[in-house]
Amino acid sequence: MKLEELSASLRTLYAQYGYRPYKMSKFEEYELYSGNREFLLSDNIITFTDTDGKLMALKPDVTLSIIKNTDVDVRAGATEKLFYSENVYRVPKGAEGFREIMQTGLECIGGVDGYCVAEVLLLAAESLRAAGRRFVLDVGLPGLLAEVAARVTPDPEVQGQLLKCAAEKSLHGIDAVAAGIAAGASGSASGAVNAAALEALKTLSCLYGTPEETLGEAERVAAGLGLAGELAELKNVLAALAETPAKDDIRIDFSVAGGRNYYSGIAFKGYVEGVPERVLSGGGYDRLVARFIPGAKAIGFAVYLDTLERLMTPDTVQDGDVLLVYENGSPAEVLRKVQQLAAAGLKVKAVRAAEAAKYLTRYGRILNMGTDPALNTGTDPASGFGAADTGRAGEGGGGK
Amino acid sequence: MSEDRYLNVALPKGRLGEKVYAAFEKAGYPCPEVMENSRKLVFENPDAGVRYFWVKPSDVAIYVERGAADLGAAGKDILLEYAPDVYELVDLGLGKCRMAVAAPENYRDDPERTLRVATKFPNIARNYYADRGRDIDIIRLNGSIELAPVLGLSDVIMDIVETGTTLRENHLAVVDTVLPISARLIANKSGYRFKNREIRRLAAAISEAITAVSMTAAAKTAAATEAKIQL
Repeated sequence: MKLEELSASLRTLYAQYGYRPYKMSKFEEYELYSGNREFLLSDNIITFTDTDGKLMALKPDVTLSIIKNTDVDVRAGATEKLFYSENVYRVPKGAEGFREIMQTGLECIGGVDGYCVAEVLLLAAESLRAAGRRFVLDVGLPGLLAEVAARVTPDPEVQGQLLKCAAEKSLHGIDAVAAGIAAGASGSASGAVNAAALEALKTLSCLYGTPEETLGEAERVAAGLGLAGELAELKNVLAALAETPAKDDIRIDFSVAGGRNYYSGIAFKGYVEGVPERVLSGGGYDRLVARFIPGAKAIGFAVYLDTLERLMTPDTVQDGDVLLVYENGSPAEVLRKVQQLAAAGLKVKAVRAAEAAKYLTRYGRILNMGTDPALNTGTDPASGFGAADTGRAGEGGGGK
Repeated sequence: MSEDRYLNVALPKGRLGEKVYAAFEKAGYPCPEVMENSRKLVFENPDAGVRYFWVKPSDVAIYVERGAADLGAAGKDILLEYAPDVYELVDLGLGKCRMAVAAPENYRDDPERTLRVATKFPNIARNYYADRGRDIDIIRLNGSIELAPVLGLSDVIMDIVETGTTLRENHLAVVDTVLPISARLIANKSGYRFKNREIRRLAAAISEAITAVSMTAAAKTAAATEAKIQL
């Protein structure tokens, strides 16, 4: 499968669930991004000045454009469901410069209810399934982890450090930060650590597995801090998905959002075996959408198609079906033969004999204008082999 | 990225890597070939389901982040400098040292001047001084950092200090400890999901092996102290 085919099958999938395609311009006013930096994956943005002096940016993100340009009548309970397939421009983590990144995804904005959340999670799982490999969809609650960190210490800076360690599944890191608080290293006045909350943070950040394996433990830990209610939405969504194929693909990972401020409610990430990084990322983003559409809720995800590139099989190992070698034939005669072959549905390249050598392994069949009987008997040169019959099966070609 | 059932482990070449391998061996993941002098690049033990390879210490995090290795052992200095997107599962407690700021013995800081800092760790230095609101000029070097203040190339250095002998020999002294350093067991985020049981089992076994070693060492120290007292 090629990336374009995968992208097309995802677009079909989203359309089947009532999502409308959304097409946007390659650039937006820079202000849109500068005012919402905390919601962007990377700080680097390509900017340029438009003819009217406005500072513009090549879009590093799709979600902001969609929510800025979408009108949803929240009071009437309306919900807008949109999908996109766009290229974005940003510096991926660890990369040396800007890259054009192919991204497909969807957004559900407005009166988002339990059904919408379950539908988005189902579509996320089906998007991963489309890649044709083993995969998992990890679901977490960044709000719960943040709340537990807030119980450990009132200092927001230290909470950030704790959440960073939780995102790295670094228990020794959490202990070191806690030891720092106790020693007054952070400058916090009290220096006291809530030991129960600290243990809860450690347990939740390392919990990983199917809902059956993990939710009981999570509930026990959350209840210990009076936070059991935080799990209600997650449990409802999992119950809604219990009858779908997605139920076997979901894993619980409370550290999944990586300590980022972006998501509210449920956050999730998708991993496909054979790809070293996340392939899909999403979640609720009520805080962001409320800046543009008061009262609205939102949830969505992006599939980072570029990460799947290496899994895709190449289109063909050969450049074409027929290599037509000519030496002294008249241009009209060569053109006639090429037209005949092309009309028969074959991919044909005409080359002079002197340069034919370098193409020999890249084409299924070689025909010589001067000597090949198929070309000189006046019969149809395309007869006897079709597009699928390359005549060189098993030789591998390997021209690409 | 590997999809086999082996756990692929990137070991840092050198003394630290040998200690790390010893911990893996103790934890039940032996592959004696690893310690033999050979031209082989990859070492496997099918019974333990583990595959080792030696890489340059500063490259371990890259192998793990990019999924060529499921696990690796990297110094906290490397993890802070390159900030790879990996899990940091266990503090191995090996290769202990500290990141420190050192200056000539008679050095007096003038806060009104831009501080010239020679280092192999520009990101750690930038973050450390940004937290303190200090304007610095980073001089990135690849080795012989101690030479920089001696020749007037920099005011201070930020580097790893183990025993402090090199500093003393060059009439330098630690003026501030940035953070303690030790080797950490790191894991690829995708590998952690698809080989979850295997990775967690290994991390727990390593943790246990390390604790046992440090407890034995502590017991020996205590016994030695007791013996001295009795003498």
